[in-house]
Amino acid sequence: MKKLFQEFLRGIVKENPTFVLVLGLCPTLAVSVSVINGIGMGIAAAFVLLGSNIIISLLRNFIPDRIRIPCFIVVIATFVTITELVMKAYSPALNRALGIYVPLIVVNCIVLGRAEAYAQKQTVMNSLFDGLGMGIGFTWALILISGIREFLGSGKMLGYTMIKGFNPALVLVMPSGALLVIGLLLGFFNILKNKRA
Amino acid sequence: MKDKLIVSVSPHIHKKDSVSKIMWMVIVSLIPAGVAGIFIFGLNALWVIILGIISAVVTEGILQVATKRKVTLLDGSAILTGLLLAYNLPSGVPFWLPIVGSFFAIAIGKQVFGGLGQNIFNPALVGRVFLMASWPKYMTAFIKPQNYDALTSATPLALIKEGKLLENISYLDLFLGRRGGCIGEVCILALLLGALFLFFKGYISWHIPITYVFTTAAVTYIFGRQGLLSGDWLFHVLSGGLILGAFFMATDYVTSPLTRKGQIIFGIGCGLFTAIIRLWGGYPEGVSYAILMMNAATPIIDRYTRNRIYGTK
Repeated sequence: MKKLFQEFLRGIVKENPTFVLVLGLCPTLAVSVSVINGIGMGIAAAFVLLGSNIIISLLRNFIPDRIRIPCFIVVIATFVTITELVMKAYSPALNRALGIYVPLIVVNCIVLGRAEAYAQKQTVMNSLFDGLGMGIGFTWALILISGIREFLGSGKMLGYTMIKGFNPALVLVMPSGALLVIGLLLGFFNILKNKRA
Repeated sequence: MKDKLIVSVSPHIHKKDSVSKIMWMVIVSLIPAGVAGIFIFGLNALWVIILGIISAVVTEGILQVATKRKVTLLDGSAILTGLLLAYNLPSGVPFWLPIVGSFFAIAIGKQVFGGLGQNIFNPALVGRVFLMASWPKYMTAFIKPQNYDALTSATPLALIKEGKLLENISYLDLFLGRRGGCIGEVCILALLLGALFLFFKGYISWHIPITYVFTTAAVTYIFGRQGLLSGDWLFHVLSGGLILGAFFMATDYVTSPLTRKGQIIFGIGCGLFTAIIRLWGGYPEGVSYAILMMNAATPIIDRYTRNRIYGTK
């Protein structure tokens, strides 16, 4: 049990997909304009990651090694399709805001990376907790980035204006702002890591 | 006799000037333009300049202490960055704008790369572009010259961009700075005085500024509004931030190429980008973007224009 908990925690802190592994930056850069988008994207990716990790781990003895990538993609694409259809049915506004980046979870390198590096070699339980941890790690990273961008870039938080008379720095809701915030956060977490080491 | 035969590695010829002396000389050469700006736009311009400098120096000091590096506040580079940034602002901006801009220029434009000599981009221009992208409403509200009220007016370049005809503004007005614009860019006469001082002292060479100005003039002349070879090149040279950018910012030692050949390529590139942005781009003025783009190209230019080492094939 303790080991499973460690598997779970690893994705959240020590091997955080965004800040430590630096994977899946494409959706991170693109959708982190507002916190709602960040949460939506994070949960969608976490669900896909969890599902694909479990299934791939279950199938790990059946998938021939030479065609494993297409097999992984089929599994991942199935979960992405489920996510997209659910999102379209229950929150069309979020689906419109995230746009092409929902179907693009198929090629999200966190999902494929965990399948390749972890789920195809590990037991189902381990993969489940790994997927859960990585998914939550990705989600909180997205919430942090989009929170900073939304607050400083448009003066709002979750769509509500926070401070009256605050002049937001528009550059932060532009693409260059995403690169800036992610770069500074990466540096900040590296400092923390080096301090502890 | 014996101590004259020192065997050491190159370089063998040393210049007496230190980095900080050059920085201070550039600051001195910029003073006339600042005085002209304050005279044209009123005391507000002075406060913007002072706040820009103070913020740049304080940011540099804090970051150097925080990262446990040598504190080099008196080498003048932070002061120069703050000064140049303030020269690139309209005089009517709210007072927090130069403070934020200088902070960004020093922190993101310079210190994250490791301080003076390591930065890829001209810090003052990084600050200006950040402000321009973040608060365009303040960055394009230009005060009418010699008005001293808060009346705003567009710059001549912005008027041209909108397709309006320029009335009652002569080349002499442009040359003396009687137009809307940023604090330090308007008075061409004062800028040229400073540039001549730097030139005769040998702190800048002609390669970058002259090729820059001539390329811009040539392109704007060739692609004029009424067909080929009809452009108002003198207007384009005298308006906007071209002179300030060409003589004081494109020539920044850190972010421009090392060799003469490279500097000529750099100047031509800056001129081309400036003219392209002014004639066909979305913004009325393109000097800062042009210089930043060529800053990014500087490492490549340096690689392909390396001087042949004497004795090699």
